Amino acid sequence: MLVLCCVVYPAIVWGAAQLSPGKGEGVQLSHKGRVVGFANVGQKFDKPEYFNTRPSAVDYNASGSAGSNKGPSNPEYLKEVQTRAGAFLQQNPTVTRDQVPAELVTASGSGLDPHLSPAGAYMQVDRVARLRGLPAERVRQLVKEHIDEPIIVFFGPATVNVLRLNLALDELAPVRK
Amino acid sequence: MNSELLGIIGIYLLTLVLAIPLGRYLARVFKGEKNALDFLAPVENGLFRLAGIDSKRDMTWQQHMTTLLTINLVWFLLAMVVLCTQGALPLNPDGNPSMTPDLAFNTAISFLVNCNLQHYSGESGLSYLSQMVVITFLQFVSAATGIAAAVVVINALQTRTTEKLGNFYEYFVKSITRLLLPGSLILALILVFNGSPMTLQGKQQLITVQGDSVAVSRGPVAAMVAIKELGTNGGGFFGANSAHPLENPNYLTNAAENIALTIIPIAMVFALGFYLKRRRLSLMIFGVMTVGFMVLLAPTVYYEMHGNPAISHMGIDQSLGALEGKEMRFGVVASAYWSITNTIISCGSVNSMHDSFMPISGMSQLLGMMTNAFYGGCGVGLLNFFAYLIIAVFVAGLMVGRTPEFLGKKIEAREMKIAIIVTLLHPLLILAGTALAAHTYVGNPTEYAGWLANPGYHGFSEMLYEYTSAAANNGSGFEGLGDNTPFWNITTGVILLLSRYLPIIGPVAIAGLLARKKYTPEGAGTLPADTATFGVMVLAVIVIIAALAFFPALALGPLAEHFSLY
Repeated sequence: MLVLCCVVYPAIVWGAAQLSPGKGEGVQLSHKGRVVGFANVGQKFDKPEYFNTRPSAVDYNASGSAGSNKGPSNPEYLKEVQTRAGAFLQQNPTVTRDQVPAELVTASGSGLDPHLSPAGAYMQVDRVARLRGLPAERVRQLVKEHIDEPIIVFFGPATVNVLRLNLALDELAPVRK
Repeated sequence: MNSELLGIIGIYLLTLVLAIPLGRYLARVFKGEKNALDFLAPVENGLFRLAGIDSKRDMTWQQHMTTLLTINLVWFLLAMVVLCTQGALPLNPDGNPSMTPDLAFNTAISFLVNCNLQHYSGESGLSYLSQMVVITFLQFVSAATGIAAAVVVINALQTRTTEKLGNFYEYFVKSITRLLLPGSLILALILVFNGSPMTLQGKQQLITVQGDSVAVSRGPVAAMVAIKELGTNGGGFFGANSAHPLENPNYLTNAAENIALTIIPIAMVFALGFYLKRRRLSLMIFGVMTVGFMVLLAPTVYYEMHGNPAISHMGIDQSLGALEGKEMRFGVVASAYWSITNTIISCGSVNSMHDSFMPISGMSQLLGMMTNAFYGGCGVGLLNFFAYLIIAVFVAGLMVGRTPEFLGKKIEAREMKIAIIVTLLHPLLILAGTALAAHTYVGNPTEYAGWLANPGYHGFSEMLYEYTSAAANNGSGFEGLGDNTPFWNITTGVILLLSRYLPIIGPVAIAGLLARKKYTPEGAGTLPADTATFGVMVLAVIVIIAALAFFPALALGPLAEHFSLY
C-alpha cells in the first residue's frame, strides 16, 4: 500500500509532468536569456516605473507564503490600509480617491499573488507612462493586450499578470538607468 | 461581479452531475457487483496475499473497529519516526530540520485523523520524503478509513438480521484502488498541465525583473494536492495552501479542486440510496444537507461581495469585494464558496485567509464545522449525520407516541445513549478547549502575547476557530493564531484523537447493534424516515443540538465584531 501510494502514484504523475509545459518544474519566464521568474508566482514590483503588485505579508519571499491574517476590524490594520491609499494617491496624482484599486491596499492570501484586476493596472498607466517617457495611450493599449479574460464568460474574474505586463513594458521602453 | 455568481452555480451543478453516477458506481464496488475497474482485482488480491489477509472473512462491528484502530496505530508510529528524523533522511534538498516531538505529535495525529491542522509551514517545516511518505500516504489511508467505516454502517442497515458486516480490509483497500487513486490521478494531471510543479529539485534562486533576489520553493506538489482535496484532507504543500499560485494556479484548477473535495461526500449519500435501494431516503438526507449548506453559503457570499465597511468609510471603492487575504485570479465569490464548502466538509484547505473574512462569514465557517454533517468529510460526514438521524427518529417517535423505529429496526436506550454521547462530545470539546485557552490567555496576556494576531472580539474568534477546527477534524485555521507552542500542539492533538475515533466508533456501534435486531417490515404504524416532514425534523435536531450550544460563544466572537463594524 505504501509503495502504491508513495512510489507508483507520484511516479506516474511525475512522468506525465514531463510532457507538460515547464516539465513539472513550474513555468519559467526569461528576459534577455536570464530566468527572471515563474509566470504563476508573483514577485515584488514596488518601483514607480513598473506596474506595482499587491501588498504582501511575506514581502514576496517565495520560500514562504502567508496572508496577513488581519481581522476586518483590527484598528492597526485599518490604519495601514489608510496609509497605503494615501501613498498610492501621492504616486498617482491623476487618480481620485474613489478610484484607488482595492487590491493595492489589501494583502493577498498567499503573499505571492501574481495578478491585478484590469482597473488596478489602468489606474497606474499615467504614472508609468510619464516615468518611461511613453504616450499614455500606448501604455493603456499594452495593458489591454495583457488582460486575461475568463475561460468561459462567467468562469472567473478578468485579471492582468503583472510580471508578463512589466516584461512587455521593458521590451517597449527599457528603464533609463 | 454577478457573473462570478454564475461561476459558483456552474461549479455546484457540475459537482452534482458527477456525484450521482459516482454514487451508483460506489454502491456497485462495495456490494461486489461488476464495475468498470474490475481489471484492478489482481492488484488488490496481490496486496491481500502479500499481507496474509483473508479479505472474504466477514467481521462483526467490534472486529471492524479493532482492525481500524490497530492499523491506525501502526501508521501513527511510522509518521512519528519519519517526522522526528527527517532532517537526517534523504530527499531533503532544502535542508529542513527535524520536528520537535510536540510538533511531530500534533502533525502525525492531525494527518492520521484526516484533520490536517498544520502548525508548521510546508516550505520550511517538511522534507520531500515527509511530504510523500507521511503526508501523502496518510491522506490516502485516513480518507479510506472514513469511507470504509461508512460502508460498514450502510451494510448494517440492510433489511436482515446478522452480525456479519463484510470485511474491513476489503472496504479499505477498494476505497483506495477503486476511488482515491484513480480520482487523484485525474486531478493531479489537470494540475500539472496548468503549471503545478512535480519535481524533486529544491528551491530555485533567481533575480527578479526589478533586481531583487528570491528563492522560489517547489517540490512534488501536484500529486499531493490532488489527494489533499479528493480525500477531504486539506493539509497544503505550502503554507498558504490552495491560495499559493503553485498549488492552485488558475480559476480552472480552483474549480477542479473545489469539485474534487465535495464530490465524494455527496456521492456517498447517493451510494447509500443505491446500495440499500432506498433512493427517497438518500434524497431526504441530501435535501437536509443542501438546505444547511445554502443557509451558510448565502450570507458569506453576500458579505464578502459587499466588502469591508471600515474600508468603504475611507472612501475606497469596494466593488470588487473584501480582498484582504484573497487572490485576484479567484475573486471574492469563488473564495467565499470555497471557504464554506471546505468548512461544512471536513476538508479545511483554504484558497483565501479565513482570518480576514467579514465576521458573519467567519461565523458561517464556524457553524459549518460545528454541525459537521452537511455533506461532511469522506465517509465520516455520513456517520455524523447518522447520529443526528437516530436522535431525530427517537424525538419524532416520542412526539407522535410510537416506538421509534429506523428502517424496520427498533431504536432503544443503548443506541440513544451512544448517539447522544457522540453528538454532545463535539460542543464539549470545543467549548472546554476555548474556555481553557481564553482563561490561560487572560491570566497572563503579556506572556501569551504571541498567540493572537488581532485584538478584541476577533482574537477570541481565533481561539474558538482553532478548537472547532480540531474537533471537526477540519484543519483550516484563523491562521493569525501563533499555534506552534506546546500548549496548542498538545491540547489540539488530544482533541483531534477524541473527536476522530469516538464519532466513528459510535455510529458503527449503533449500526452494528441495529443489524442484530429483528427486522419488522414497515407498515401503516411506522414513522416513515424518507419524507420531507422527517427531513425538517432532522434539521431541527441539528440546529438545536449543534448550533444553539454554540450561540453564547458565537455572540462573544463574530457577532460582537459584526455589530462593532456595521
